[in-house]
Formats: sequence, C-alpha cells, structure tokens
Amino acid sequence: MGAVNLLFVVQRPPYKSENPRLALTHAIASQTAEIYMDDGDSVVPTIVFVGDGVLNAVKDQQAMKVYGVTTTENHIKSCLMIDLPVWVCKEDMARLGLTEDNMITNAEDMGADLKTKFVSFAEIQKEMESVKHLLFF
Amino acid sequence: MGDLTLGVFPSLVGSMSLDFAFKLAEAAITKGHTVNMWLSGNAVMMAKKGQKAFKDYSHNEKLMKELMGKGMLVTVCEACAEARGYHKEDVPEGMKRASMDWYLAKTVKTDKLLHIGGE
Repeated sequence: MGAVNLLFVVQRPPYKSENPRLALTHAIASQTAEIYMDDGDSVVPTIVFVGDGVLNAVKDQQAMKVYGVTTTENHIKSCLMIDLPVWVCKEDMARLGLTEDNMITNAEDMGADLKTKFVSFAEIQKEMESVKHLLFF
Repeated sequence: MGDLTLGVFPSLVGSMSLDFAFKLAEAAITKGHTVNMWLSGNAVMMAKKGQKAFKDYSHNEKLMKELMGKGMLVTVCEACAEARGYHKEDVPEGMKRASMDWYLAKTVKTDKLLHIGGE
C-alpha cells in the first residue's frame, strides 16, 4: 500500500467543541501508527484549519490559565515539531479580521523547523482532491 | 465488495447522528461490505454495557450488537473513554479498545473512510 495521504480538515472553533482537539490528537497519533501496519505502509497527515476553525491557530492562548487544560496552541506546535504540516485558510482569516501577526506561525520554542503555512482555499481544495482520505472535524 | 471505516464522534443523546452512523453501517453490511467503526469523542458512550432502552431516547446497543454479530468491528478510543469514566470492564462484549494510532493505521487499508458527527 505504501504511504497514504490523509487531510484533517478542522472547521470548528477551539474549546467550545472537542473536535479540533480530536483532530490534532488523531493527526499526532500518526507518529506511532506504524506499529499496527504492514512493513512499508505509513500514513502522511496534513492538518488544515478552515472556516471558524482558523481560530484554533490564534497565538498566545491561555487555556491552561483559564480552564486548566492544555492549549490547542500547544497541540499545533507539537504538530510542527514532528514535521506535520499545519495549514490555515487565508480567506477565512481575513473574514475574521486576523492577520499572520495574530497567528501561530512557528514552534521555534520547541525546536521545530517547520512553519505554519497560510494558504488560499484553492490550494486547500487541490489538496483535498489529491489525498486518499479526508477527515472532517 | 468494499471495506468501509466509519469514524464516529457524536453522543448517544443530543442528535440523531449516532443513529445515522449505525443505520449506514447496517445498510453497508446488508450490501455485503465490511464495516469498521471507530468510536471517539462523545460517541464512546456506546462503550458502556447494560444501557436501558427508553422510548424517549435513542438506543443503539441492540443494533450495534446485531451488526457486530454480522462481522462489524467496533473499536473505542481508550483515552476518550477513560476521560469520561468508561473503563475496560464497562465495555460491551466483543468491542475492542485501542489508541488513536490504531485507527490511523486502519485508514491505510480501508477503501472508504467517513467521519460522522461530533459536537
């Protein structure tokens, strides 16, 4: 089977719904999925935030301080740290008045080289058409 | 015939999405497909045996057991279950518990993957 590309599409805002966190934890779980696979098989995830889901990628979240739970920001940075591509829809950011200055752009504090990619919906659609499975959250 | 994997996330009560997931699985199995069901998020409510059927509420345990008897594999996310107080001893007979990486591995071989619901 080889490598299977998966696109996790997050549409819901953070904290109000469990879905974004489930998307992130499922995507991160790809790191250890190979123990259940045949030799040579792998999953290659990308996570993309669209619609109100772009709010997940706003920086300086204070969920631990306010709610006593880990931040979605921390999960997104964990993705970057393990070289899991994180994309955010530019059009939806603009709709909510967000610029790249408001967003998680990197996880340099965790030693990550990969950076958040801000992309158009056209690019997201192209990716949606190319992957084997779409996982909507 | 194909292999269908359903990622199922809605709660037992509150919407009809979980009911839909089981109806879809039933239709697929009737057509001869194989079905794997991954219960995550609030859908782990199905990982509690002995649920009592009231006509006011959805009750999917009976259908789930019938479908499992026809070969449907049902696996519950153990982290989501433990977070809600559903432990290993609560799981209905035949249902497996696994971590999220098990589910990700399933996506490799399955023909179609569908995600249903979530709150």
